Amino acid sequence: MSQVTIDRNEIDIVIAAFRSDLTSFLEEWRPIISRFHLIIVQDPDLKEGLKIPNGFDVDVYTKSDIDKLVSASHASMFSGYACRYFGYLVSKRKYIVSIDDDCSPAKDNNGDVVDIVTQHITNLKTPATPLFFNTLYDPYRKGSDFVRGYPFSLRSGVPCVLSCGLWLNLADFDAPTQSLKPELRNSRYVDAVLTVPKNSLMPMSGINIAFDRETVGPAILPALKLAKEGKVRWETMEDVWCGLVVKVVCDHLQLGVKTGIPYVWRNERGSAIDSLKKEWQGVKLMEELIPFFQTLKLSQDAVTAEDCVMEMAVAIKKGMGSKHPELANAAGNMVEWVKIWKEVGSRVLI
Amino acid sequence: MSSSSSSTIRPTPLLKDELDIVIPTIRNLDFLEMWRPFFQPYHLIIVQDGDPSKIIKVPEGFDYELYNRNDINKILGPKSSCISFKDSACRCFGYMVSKKKYIFTIDDDCFVAKDPSGNDINALEQHIKNLLSPSTPFFFNTLYDPYREGADFVRGYPFSLREGVPTAVSHGLWLNIPDYDAPTQLVKPRERNTRFVDAVLTIPKGTLFPMCGMNLAFDRELIGPAMYFGLMGDGQPIGRYDDMWAGWCIKVICDHLGLGVKTGLPYIWHSKASNPFVNLKKEYKGIYWQEELIPFFQGATLPKECTTVQSCYKELSKQVKAKLGKIDDYFNKLADAMLTWIEAWDELNPSMQLANGIERLVV
Repeated sequence: MSQVTIDRNEIDIVIAAFRSDLTSFLEEWRPIISRFHLIIVQDPDLKEGLKIPNGFDVDVYTKSDIDKLVSASHASMFSGYACRYFGYLVSKRKYIVSIDDDCSPAKDNNGDVVDIVTQHITNLKTPATPLFFNTLYDPYRKGSDFVRGYPFSLRSGVPCVLSCGLWLNLADFDAPTQSLKPELRNSRYVDAVLTVPKNSLMPMSGINIAFDRETVGPAILPALKLAKEGKVRWETMEDVWCGLVVKVVCDHLQLGVKTGIPYVWRNERGSAIDSLKKEWQGVKLMEELIPFFQTLKLSQDAVTAEDCVMEMAVAIKKGMGSKHPELANAAGNMVEWVKIWKEVGSRVLI
Repeated sequence: MSSSSSSTIRPTPLLKDELDIVIPTIRNLDFLEMWRPFFQPYHLIIVQDGDPSKIIKVPEGFDYELYNRNDINKILGPKSSCISFKDSACRCFGYMVSKKKYIFTIDDDCFVAKDPSGNDINALEQHIKNLLSPSTPFFFNTLYDPYREGADFVRGYPFSLREGVPTAVSHGLWLNIPDYDAPTQLVKPRERNTRFVDAVLTIPKGTLFPMCGMNLAFDRELIGPAMYFGLMGDGQPIGRYDDMWAGWCIKVICDHLGLGVKTGLPYIWHSKASNPFVNLKKEYKGIYWQEELIPFFQGATLPKECTTVQSCYKELSKQVKAKLGKIDDYFNKLADAMLTWIEAWDELNPSMQLANGIERLVV
């Protein structure tokens, strides 16, 4: 397989800032991300200005930028963890790499620092194989290939539009799990990336992702807000919801989602036990969402990510909106997101 | 979430009276010496392929039964036609005559591999761990098998799905010579699999995979009757698709019955690369046929009245005849052989109908 090129003009790194002093975070990541353009979106609730070290090519967006671009009634779509989506919206590049601000670079089994940008972009620039499972994982990786019995007609794969990375140290467990097992840390570096098969849903974690903004940007959306959403990952479902939506879209449009490497090292933040109360609503919702999303079928007329999202919003409102007002809201947010996406996309660059 | 919240790790049960190791061979069993520390407690079923007059020596100290072609013909009579000759597919005869709950099957050119720390891998122990813990086919866990020590379900994984389903099959992998098809072997003769991926994962419901019989374990009670390795080798137009065929059948049936299939660890060290030109001749038809077979299996549905493995398998054989017979007459013969296999299985394994309608095998 030919080498994948990492072109800085194609990539934006989007980070949501929940604390004002980003010095140590950015210094840690400097060797890996300093050559790329950064978009930092400040949590609208964060009052202090951001402290950013020199030497980065960075654009910062704050609450006032959000308010200027979207109407007041929809500004809440970009509150909390969802403020990063504003960064996706204003980006003008093809690929986005996005991580939480409590992550540090990880080391692989050889002790080398993991370059998440190179690995994510490699995942995105090599095909995915959702239609048949390859037992040697990603066949496009060096040293690997399709195994005996893999149909030849399926070996060109489909475009990969979403790359979901993983986490060492503090894995993305929910609050009940982490409360019950406070010592549980993920120390297993699994040296694999694989395609999530078609029709199989998975929980997308926003902690460490990358995606093809051109193709699937409209489906990477902030929609679901829990009533008591907070400032730690245990208290949000926005990424899990987004993952369900984008997987249905990808399955329908014959696009691929990969999961596995690269890893980040995730640091401690917040209290799992304190978060237990807030997360419960989301946990209950998932039980109904899964069967709904598993059987959701889109029409043949839905040929773009926007089309798919609009159809899904209608189906969600109709199928679950009356029973769950937060889902009716989410459906409304999805429609609004596509509208804003189109508006912003059509603006001329200054 | 997964069951154990204590810091001690429970030892894996040996299951030495509940598991048979099935080994097809045509040459010799020298490889068993390396496996002795791990295999000696278990009963072996050796299926000797090829010339039955050849004496295959089993290393001292192993408890075994050995069947050559004469034995197979004697035991099955006319039904022996379903068991392949001159192909490792004959191994499935071993599954049929076993009286145990679990089967581990391994090829005679597979040796003990080392993990990244340099320790010998006890492949059998890992297979047992895989089979004794649930699978999670209904929703993908991004941290792979949540029941492994040090892992769990991730945020967003529905709690109602965290009990999982029983695991019917554990599919292991290979370091060194990878299981490539002939065309790939010809293009990449020197490629070796050196990447140790420290994961076990469930293959999601509705997804097919290429099942390799080199390093495979399964729960015979849950899925045994569907583990027929087809008609290959002598007198047949195709080879090297025996395990593939079984893999597609068992996956459709497992998906239907709510059973799980895991893949990943354990690794074995695969030492011998078979001749790619010989392989190409064997696989040639399969490469074309598989383009039709895959859509067939992907679209195969079983009626809800099929609640046992045998009834699922018989139904599948009907569909094979109806839909694949037109590709080549081979599939008509194969469909018949599938039925012969089930008849032979049921004869050798008289079953007892339980109150809830699930057939249990009387050992």
